Amino acid sequence: MTRITVTVDGVKYTDEVEPRTLLVHYLREQVGKTGTVVGCDTSNCGACTVHLDGQSVKSCSVFAVQADGSEVTTIEGLARDGRLHPVQQAFHDNHALQCGFCTPGMIMQAIDLLGDNPNPDDEQVRHGLEGNLCRCTGYQNIVKAVRDAAGKMSPGAGPAAEQVSSQARSGVSGGGQ
Amino acid sequence: MTATAEPSVNEFGQARKRKEDARLISGRTRWTDNLTLPGMVHLAVLRSPVAHATITSIDVGAAKQAPGVTAVFTGRDLADEQGSLPCAWPISPDMVAPQAPSLAVDRVNFAGEAVAVVVARSAAEAHDALELIDVDYDDLPVVLDMEAALADGADLVHPELGTNRSALWAFDSAEVGTGGDVEEAIRGARDNGVVVKRRFRQQRLIPAFMEPRSVVMDPTGEQMTLWSATQIPHVLRVMIAMTLGVPEHKVRVIAPDVGGGFGGKLQVTPEEIITFLVARRLGKPVKWTEGRSESLVSGHHGRDQIQDLTICANRDGTVTGLKVELLADMGAYLRLVTPGVPILGAFMYNAIYKIPAYHFACTNVFTDKTPTDAYRGAGRPEATFAIERMMDELAAELGMEPLELREKNWIKHEEFPYTTISTLTYDSGNYEAATARAKELFDYDGLRAEQQRRRAANDPVQLGIGISTFTEMCGLAPSRVLGSLSYGAGGWEHAAIRMLPTGKVEVVTGSSPHGQGHETAWSQIVSDQLGVAFDDVEVLHGDTQSSHKGMDSYGSRSLTVGGIAVVKAAEKVVEKARKVAAHMLEASEDDLEYDRGRFTVRGTDKGTTVADVALAVFAAHDLPEGVEPSLDSDATFDPENFSFPHGTHLCATEVDTETGEVSIRSYASVDDVGTVVNPLIVDGQIHGGLAQGIAQALYEEAVYDEAGTLVTGTLADYLVPSAVDLPHFTTDRTETPSTTNPLGVKGVGEAGTIASTPAVVNAIIDAVRHLGVRDVEMPCSPQTVWRAINAARGQVKSTSEGSTETAAGGGLGSIDSQHGGAR
Repeated sequence: MTRITVTVDGVKYTDEVEPRTLLVHYLREQVGKTGTVVGCDTSNCGACTVHLDGQSVKSCSVFAVQADGSEVTTIEGLARDGRLHPVQQAFHDNHALQCGFCTPGMIMQAIDLLGDNPNPDDEQVRHGLEGNLCRCTGYQNIVKAVRDAAGKMSPGAGPAAEQVSSQARSGVSGGGQ
Repeated sequence: MTATAEPSVNEFGQARKRKEDARLISGRTRWTDNLTLPGMVHLAVLRSPVAHATITSIDVGAAKQAPGVTAVFTGRDLADEQGSLPCAWPISPDMVAPQAPSLAVDRVNFAGEAVAVVVARSAAEAHDALELIDVDYDDLPVVLDMEAALADGADLVHPELGTNRSALWAFDSAEVGTGGDVEEAIRGARDNGVVVKRRFRQQRLIPAFMEPRSVVMDPTGEQMTLWSATQIPHVLRVMIAMTLGVPEHKVRVIAPDVGGGFGGKLQVTPEEIITFLVARRLGKPVKWTEGRSESLVSGHHGRDQIQDLTICANRDGTVTGLKVELLADMGAYLRLVTPGVPILGAFMYNAIYKIPAYHFACTNVFTDKTPTDAYRGAGRPEATFAIERMMDELAAELGMEPLELREKNWIKHEEFPYTTISTLTYDSGNYEAATARAKELFDYDGLRAEQQRRRAANDPVQLGIGISTFTEMCGLAPSRVLGSLSYGAGGWEHAAIRMLPTGKVEVVTGSSPHGQGHETAWSQIVSDQLGVAFDDVEVLHGDTQSSHKGMDSYGSRSLTVGGIAVVKAAEKVVEKARKVAAHMLEASEDDLEYDRGRFTVRGTDKGTTVADVALAVFAAHDLPEGVEPSLDSDATFDPENFSFPHGTHLCATEVDTETGEVSIRSYASVDDVGTVVNPLIVDGQIHGGLAQGIAQALYEEAVYDEAGTLVTGTLADYLVPSAVDLPHFTTDRTETPSTTNPLGVKGVGEAGTIASTPAVVNAIIDAVRHLGVRDVEMPCSPQTVWRAINAARGQVKSTSEGSTETAAGGGLGSIDSQHGGAR
């Protein structure tokens, strides 16, 4: 067993983990972050995507020990003061989810994508989400939601955008580099 | 009285954002695998690596000694209590069916079949211990090819059955009396018309829902509680009782948040039975959650048919007969509705067309592969693919424009209701309207002109246009029809409405959503029916304790059956409320008018609401004589007919004739799903359906090697499309209300999948037909398309089958199959 200290959604945890424990299993089974899910065993589906020190990662392809000393943001850590992150809100507004199983990973990846490219076109959104599979939506409304969020997060777009910049300052939005 | 928001507008037809989303976008989800119970242990399943073998010994000694291991069980340990997994659809009296143990006892019949389980403190320890189990297999001959399986002297999947043929199911219009004799029609066309024969292959698919299956069983309560990632909690409870002999009232089944199903979770699985038995034996809660590769290899598959079709027509394009002969791969066992899936297609090959002579025969065949069962569309995508491909082939043979050929044969809007040759009565439809709108959205004429230009210019990338004018039967189903098809249950649905004293409403539904948005749609329906606000309605589902009765969700049935049951229950609430309202208003019931929650006395300004009546009934101080103090009502609705959504889908593909690469340039669909409760949800269903149908055309196939090993057992190999693999969809609707239910609604869940596959494949072939290509097997990968093009050019051997017979002197636009066409 190895002792690690990880900050998850703003709370610091110190735990003993097996060296082989994947970050996703640590998050789900030891930290209780069941909002992050496991959809495959080959890193194809992206359902387990979280942010590790501000970058999106598939948490099934990271060992928990690799997150030692890092900050992790999951889908459960996005909302602030009861307000949804603009990408969460956009997924709701644009019916970008059906069963919702891929949604946590899809939202985390979309935030990362918008950090790299704040104003993507449809093709850029599709390529940015290529590593996240959805079986329900055909992706059309996901693309629409991400572009909707981009518009609302752009400079001067109002309170929603401020929310993101405040997260970027605290290093948990994953949008910034 | 608490404040109850006033409903402002009619909810029906509003693009309401979904109630379900709040928890799903924030991670507050209740997937089965999220559950943790006190004392819970974890179960892992050892699966056969071989497709067909006798189990000669299983040594579990080392596994039992492994750290954290509570118990190890083999099939032998459970043999006396596991029974045989249920098949609820014995399609014919002489259907042959094998015993189907949840945990294999003496023999394995497909690679992936469960042979032993380990129970341990953690899932990781359980999986570690699986590797310590030593199983000796004595290999048996592997049966994989359906035609070989039916040959005399073939090796047998189940030697005790004496055959690999499970059943033959046939329909003949001359015998039934709904039409003519198809052989006569074919003879006639040989003399004086056109006969086209084709063989199509419906490749094997995997539903590939995103949430892997998971089961938690808690045996510690008086009612044993089973949580499962299932589409069918109610059916599952009944089947557990019937299969295991457990008293039904001692079992509670819960389907919490369920992450997609597409038919893949319409099953009573070995793992549900095993988890149930093991937990009961250990007296502790047990959880099983599958990995993705387990899911792909052991969850049931879909499609997998060989389709032989013969269509015949007059030279003017009037279709005179259709003959369909199918081989359908059951896999190794008959699961819940396995045998009936191809039979559902029997009623759909005639599609939207007036076909005067029809013969259908389906032979169900066992192989040493994962069992097949329902996958989105279940029998109807196969039928629609075949007939829509045949219409294109017939058009090419006749030299007719393919849309004109369809129009010549389809049922005109003024001819509804129309009873088809396969005995269904289509209540309503307007194929002309949907097609006209689709052509407009798609710029059909413009694309045809461009296609001509690029053909003339010998463009290496050719443009193809594919058509699919489809209908389907859904809303499964009228119980009397299911009975006539030997289905083991009815097709009704249950709903109940509880009026709470504060005017809020609980709706109990037997439908079991797993992504569709029933909580939202049912709230909209009830809001209108009872005049309560959308947010004042709570929908309860997926737990046999709160929603005690139901037939669950599959076959695009939830709205057309379950939603109508909700309407019927609401109508009963209003009727009960009317008596009390009349008493409260000191008026005669006959003088009351009712509109969206409000009773008024005709000709006066006196009135009251259902909510006020609910409070008065709660108090029960002053009720009319003989009226019980409750407005709560329930209804069980059994539809008189299926519903028949239809539409026209048009696909434009760019096919690189040098590499075989296909890209979808545009896709336009106009669907008629009757009236629409929530357009946001309906559009989402269409999008997702299109994605899965296109995926069959272009990407997905479950592939087995010659040893019977699934070689597409991960999502790296089984190509579920990503966002870059799919086009933008242009969608629209026409609305022809169903006449068989009070809302005018039709099913929508499967329409996109059913319609889209032939549209894509027709488009690919249309792009290269002038090169002599007449078929491309699915999935139409670059290699397959390239091979088909080069086979037509006579450069490589073709794998496509097919033949065209024409009358002497005929064949305008026909392809010379001997010499490879235009080259």
